[in-house]
Amino acid sequence: MAVVFEPTKGLTDKPFHYCPGCCHGIIHRLVAETLVENDALETAVGVASVGCTYNSYEYIACDMVQAAHGRAPAVATGIKRNLKDSFVFTYQGDGDLASIGTAEIVHAAARSENITVIFVNNAVYGMTSGQMAPTTLVGQVTTTSPWGRDPSYQGYPINVSEFLSNLAGAAYVERVCVTDFKNIQNAKKAIQKAYNVQKNKLGFSLVEVLSTCPTNWGKEPLAAMEWLKENMEKQYPLGCYKGADITFDADGKYVSGAIPATANNCVNVGEVKK
Amino acid sequence: MAQKRVLMKGNEVIAEAAIRAGCRNYFGYPITPQTEVMHYMAKKMVQVGGNFVQAESEVAAINMVYGAAAAGFRVMTSSSSPGISLKQEGISYIAGAELPAVVVNIVRAGPGLGGIQPAQGDYFQATKGGGHGDYRNIVIAPASVQELYELVVEAFNLADKYRMTCMIIGDGTLGQMMEPVAFRDEEPVETIEKPWAACGRKGDSFHHTVTSIYIDPDVLEKKNLELQEKYKIVEANEVRYEAINMEDAEIVITAFSTCSRISRNVIRQAAELGIKVGMIRPITLWPFPYKAISEAADMPSVKAFLDVELNAGQMIEDVRLGVNGKKPVYFHGRLGGNLPMQKEILDKIVAIHEGKITEGGNF
Repeated sequence: MAVVFEPTKGLTDKPFHYCPGCCHGIIHRLVAETLVENDALETAVGVASVGCTYNSYEYIACDMVQAAHGRAPAVATGIKRNLKDSFVFTYQGDGDLASIGTAEIVHAAARSENITVIFVNNAVYGMTSGQMAPTTLVGQVTTTSPWGRDPSYQGYPINVSEFLSNLAGAAYVERVCVTDFKNIQNAKKAIQKAYNVQKNKLGFSLVEVLSTCPTNWGKEPLAAMEWLKENMEKQYPLGCYKGADITFDADGKYVSGAIPATANNCVNVGEVKK
Repeated sequence: MAQKRVLMKGNEVIAEAAIRAGCRNYFGYPITPQTEVMHYMAKKMVQVGGNFVQAESEVAAINMVYGAAAAGFRVMTSSSSPGISLKQEGISYIAGAELPAVVVNIVRAGPGLGGIQPAQGDYFQATKGGGHGDYRNIVIAPASVQELYELVVEAFNLADKYRMTCMIIGDGTLGQMMEPVAFRDEEPVETIEKPWAACGRKGDSFHHTVTSIYIDPDVLEKKNLELQEKYKIVEANEVRYEAINMEDAEIVITAFSTCSRISRNVIRQAAELGIKVGMIRPITLWPFPYKAISEAADMPSVKAFLDVELNAGQMIEDVRLGVNGKKPVYFHGRLGGNLPMQKEILDKIVAIHEGKITEGGNF
C-alpha cells in the first residue's frame, strides 16, 4: 500500500502531553514540516519558552534550547548572532510573550533581530491553570477574573501583532488561526513566509497563531474552536499586519516589498559596518 | 610574558582580556561603575568580528548570554550590584543547564540603589548562590589590574572546563584604577569541545537540547547530585589564595581584593611596631580556601585573625568556619562605599595585640 500520509520527521516520537483539542499539536506540526520542507532540520535552533510548551524542546526534532519565562527572544538573539545562517525561532505563549516577556519581544523586534517568533495566543494561562492573560478578552471568565475581565479593574487585552507591526524593525507580522483546513493551510503559508524572511536576512518576523484552550476555557474541543472563531477573531482580526507586500520567487529568494532599513543597509542583520 | 607594559583602566582590561581569551560575545546594560567594559566592547568587539549588543535590560543581557553559551560560544556580561541582582534568574538557569559563562560584578554599595562607591556587600550573593536552587559559581576576586587581566582569561577556561558561571568580582576601586599591565603575546586559551551545544544537529542522530527543567523528581535529584559532584571537584582543584608574610605571624589578616591592597601596607607598618602580621588573601571566594585558614589557625604563633571587608561581615563567616573556634576572629569593616584607612586597621591590630578589645567587629 502506498503511504499517503506519515508523521513529519521534524517531530520526535515522544507523545505530546497536550490536552485534547489544544492547538499546540497542530502548530508544532506546521513548524516541524516547515523545517523539513526547507531542509533546515539539521541546522535550525529553536527556543522553547515557559508555559504549556515548556516541553516543546522534546517534540521538535531540531536542536532546541529551553528558555526562562519571557526571555526566549533574548536567548534567540544570543544564538542567532552567532549562527547567522541558521534558522532560529522561538515558540512562545501569550503569558510568556505578552506579559512577562514584553521587554524582550519589543526590543528583539526593534533591533530587527533576524529571528522568527511563533506566538501562540489562547487568551489564557494554560499550564498554571487558567489565569487571566494579557490577551484575555473583555468579559472572559478565568480563575483570576472570576466575574469576567472588567476593563475598569483589570484593563484591556493587548493586541501584539498590531503594536509590534508599528516598529520599524519588524519585517513581517501576520496573525493566523488553525481552526479548520483552510486556516491551517494559511498558517503554514505564514510560517513559510516567516522562514523566507529570515533566510533572506530581512529581519524580525512573527506569526501569531490564535489557539484554543478547551481545558481552561471549560469547553469541548469543537465548541472551543467555535468560541475562538466567534470571540477571539473579533478582538484579534486575522491578517497580515506588516510585510504583506514582501514577495519571494519559487526558490524562496526575496523579490520585492518594503523591508526594514536594516535589511537594506546590512549584508547581514546583526553585522555592524565599522 | 611580553615586555611592553600598558597603562590601562581595570574595566577596560576586563574587556581586553575577554577578547584575548577568545570571547566574541558581549551582552550588557549600562550601570556605574563598570560602564567602561561596555564602551570598550562596543568598539573593540565589533572590530574583531564579534557580537556586541546593548540589551534592553540586565535580564535580557544574561539571557542573551544563555543563548550564546547554549550554542557553544564564549560569552561574557558585566554589571554592578543592582544589575547582578537582576541577572540572578539567568545565572540560576545557566547553572541548571550547565552552560559556561563569564559574569563580571564590579560591586557597589547597597542595599537597593545604594551608591556607586566601592563595596564588598555582594559576597553572600556571589558565593552562596544568589539565585534560586542549589548551585555554585566559581567566584574570583582579583586585587590588581594585572591580576584582573590574567584571571579574566582564566575565567573563560574554567567556565568551559566545568560548564558553569565563573564570576569575576571587583569594585569601583579596581574597575576605575589605572595600572600598568603586561599582556602576553599568546593567551593560554584552552579549547574545549562542546558536543552538547545546540548549534544544529549537523548529522547527529539526535537533537541537542539545552534545558534546566526536569519535572520528574527522581531525574531532577539525579541532576542535582551530578551538579554537587562537579562542585566537589571544583572545590578540590580550583582553590586559589595568596599567603603573605605568614611565617611566624601573630595576627592574620583575611581580606580580598581592595581590602587586601590596603591591608598589605598595614603589615609593614605593624612590623615597624614589632607586631608580626600575615595575610591570607582568598583569590577564589568560591571555592573558599578553608584549608589554608584552618592550617593558619593551627599555627602556634598565630594568636588571632582580623577579617577586613567592605561590608558588615560576610566573608568572616567562611573565615570562622576555617578557624573553627581555635583562635579569636576580629572584624573591621566599612560600609556605604567608604574604604578603611590603613591607620584604622593598624589601630585595631595594636588593640588586638595588647588584648584591649573583645572578639567581634566594629559595629
